[in-house]
Amino acid sequence: MSDVLVVAELAEGAVAKPTLELLTLARRIGTPVAVVFGSAAPIAAKLGEYGAARILEVTDPAIEEYLVAPKAEALAQLATSAGASAVLISSGAEGKEVAGRLAVKLGSGLITDATDIGSDGSTVQSVFAGNWTVKASVTRGTPVITVKPNAVAPEAASAEGVVESVSVTISDAAKGARIVNIEPKQASGRPELTEAAIVVSGGRGTGGDFAPVESLADALGAAVGASRAAVDSGWYPHAYQVGQTGKTVSPQLYVAAGISGAIQHRAGMQTSKAIVVVNKDPEAPIFALADLGVVGDLHTLLPALTKEIAARKS
Amino acid sequence: MKIVVCVKYVPDATGERGFADDNTVDREASDGLLSELDEYAVEQALQIADAGDDVEVIALTVGPDDAADAIKRALQMGASGAIHVLDDDIHGSDSLATSAILAAAIKRAEPDLVICGMASTDGSMGVVPAMIAERLGWPGATLGATLELDGSTVTIRRDTDVASLTVQADLPAVVSVTDQSGEARYPSMKGILAAKKKPVEELSLDDLGIDPAEVGLDAAWTKVEQTVPRPPKEAGKVVTDEDGSGVGALVEFLSAGKYI
Repeated sequence: MSDVLVVAELAEGAVAKPTLELLTLARRIGTPVAVVFGSAAPIAAKLGEYGAARILEVTDPAIEEYLVAPKAEALAQLATSAGASAVLISSGAEGKEVAGRLAVKLGSGLITDATDIGSDGSTVQSVFAGNWTVKASVTRGTPVITVKPNAVAPEAASAEGVVESVSVTISDAAKGARIVNIEPKQASGRPELTEAAIVVSGGRGTGGDFAPVESLADALGAAVGASRAAVDSGWYPHAYQVGQTGKTVSPQLYVAAGISGAIQHRAGMQTSKAIVVVNKDPEAPIFALADLGVVGDLHTLLPALTKEIAARKS
Repeated sequence: MKIVVCVKYVPDATGERGFADDNTVDREASDGLLSELDEYAVEQALQIADAGDDVEVIALTVGPDDAADAIKRALQMGASGAIHVLDDDIHGSDSLATSAILAAAIKRAEPDLVICGMASTDGSMGVVPAMIAERLGWPGATLGATLELDGSTVTIRRDTDVASLTVQADLPAVVSVTDQSGEARYPSMKGILAAKKKPVEELSLDDLGIDPAEVGLDAAWTKVEQTVPRPPKEAGKVVTDEDGSGVGALVEFLSAGKYI
């Protein structure tokens, strides 16, 4: 079987879960070959455990110093030299941009935000705020596909995972957008929003007080999300925004507290497996999506629920 | 100084959206408009124009006749002119072909700076700005939550999950801005009246030297095999919280689903 390049990502020093999902999907269409930007040593064992036959380590300094373009250039060279039959990248702002540039370089078709890949290489996507499902295939070149987190449950399948240090040539044209400063953000200590099994989100109805939302999230081991209204009001950081211009999530359980359910928000959470809604306004459009809806005040309901969960745990 | 702002005409996200028989986006079913996310790009260009002398802002679109509405909006907001690439052979173009057409039109216009929105509100791939930069061989300073221009250097702040990056590039460059970059202005009455007199240049593929066989549905490098509407969600249970009944229902639901 031919090589399928999988771009590995790290989260807090370990392999990010979406990378394990990509390896699992890659096995359906070929032999997974992981590409690691930076040192592969800390994650090589895990990549091998999930099926990476080879691990290509790229340590060119340009990759850290310039935005997006060097990664695309490196991948184009690796895909060509390996004769890869596809390149899989996690859907995220950077992943999609790398994929776009890579598709131009390879003269290949591009599919973004796939939620599944079949053994024939065809993909499934969810579009128009989750209201339509699209089945598509790349018809030219080396398919470049970005895949959403939670597309598949990661399955281990031991492979050799041999690390090969590879050198790439980064052109001056790829060194145009200089990263001149990096301000790290404080980690929340909660699961990553797009990967979490449960998400608890707050909106305008919180009135700016996210404490009940955060407490319930912690009781459930959930990530915290926010609607655009809450973010625009400055109540919660944009990194946590669920919706069209924020993150798209598809957890097992989504709890929407004090969120009315504008299209902008629904676009980001409509494909959640189960949806629970708490809102004072019985007319809120979000109730149409609810598996369980409670008409009531989140400021009393959420703390009471949190207390009840804590009581059950002890 | 010349700025090109890329704008897209999209179906209204609050209306019915779907696919036509050839599996392309149905642009007849509902009214279209300037993609909301492109308004932020127009706004950033206009702010640069407001602050500087002799800054020309050109709105560029690729799309059918109706896409003139997207251009009109950009002109009403304050853009000085527009370019509309209009050709029947463009219908069904994928992101690769679209970015090639945009890049060709940009080359012809010779701007100092290209500003795009972060993504369209219909396709929402978010790849076209990076593709344009790739095709032009210009720096791509994309997804700016802020945008500053100082002489011939453009600086953006790009927020990721783990960090806030400061990214700089020398002109000519392609930038994209997010919805965090600042509220877009509404057209004033003066702007609406002035827009009618502003120049709109219509270009064909031939004008851009693009072979029609390389764009459009048949030339797309991806093939949509099937489009299926999501079945309507079955109405769930809705309870009104009285005397703690809400918490009872929540606990029951969460434990039935083994979430707690």
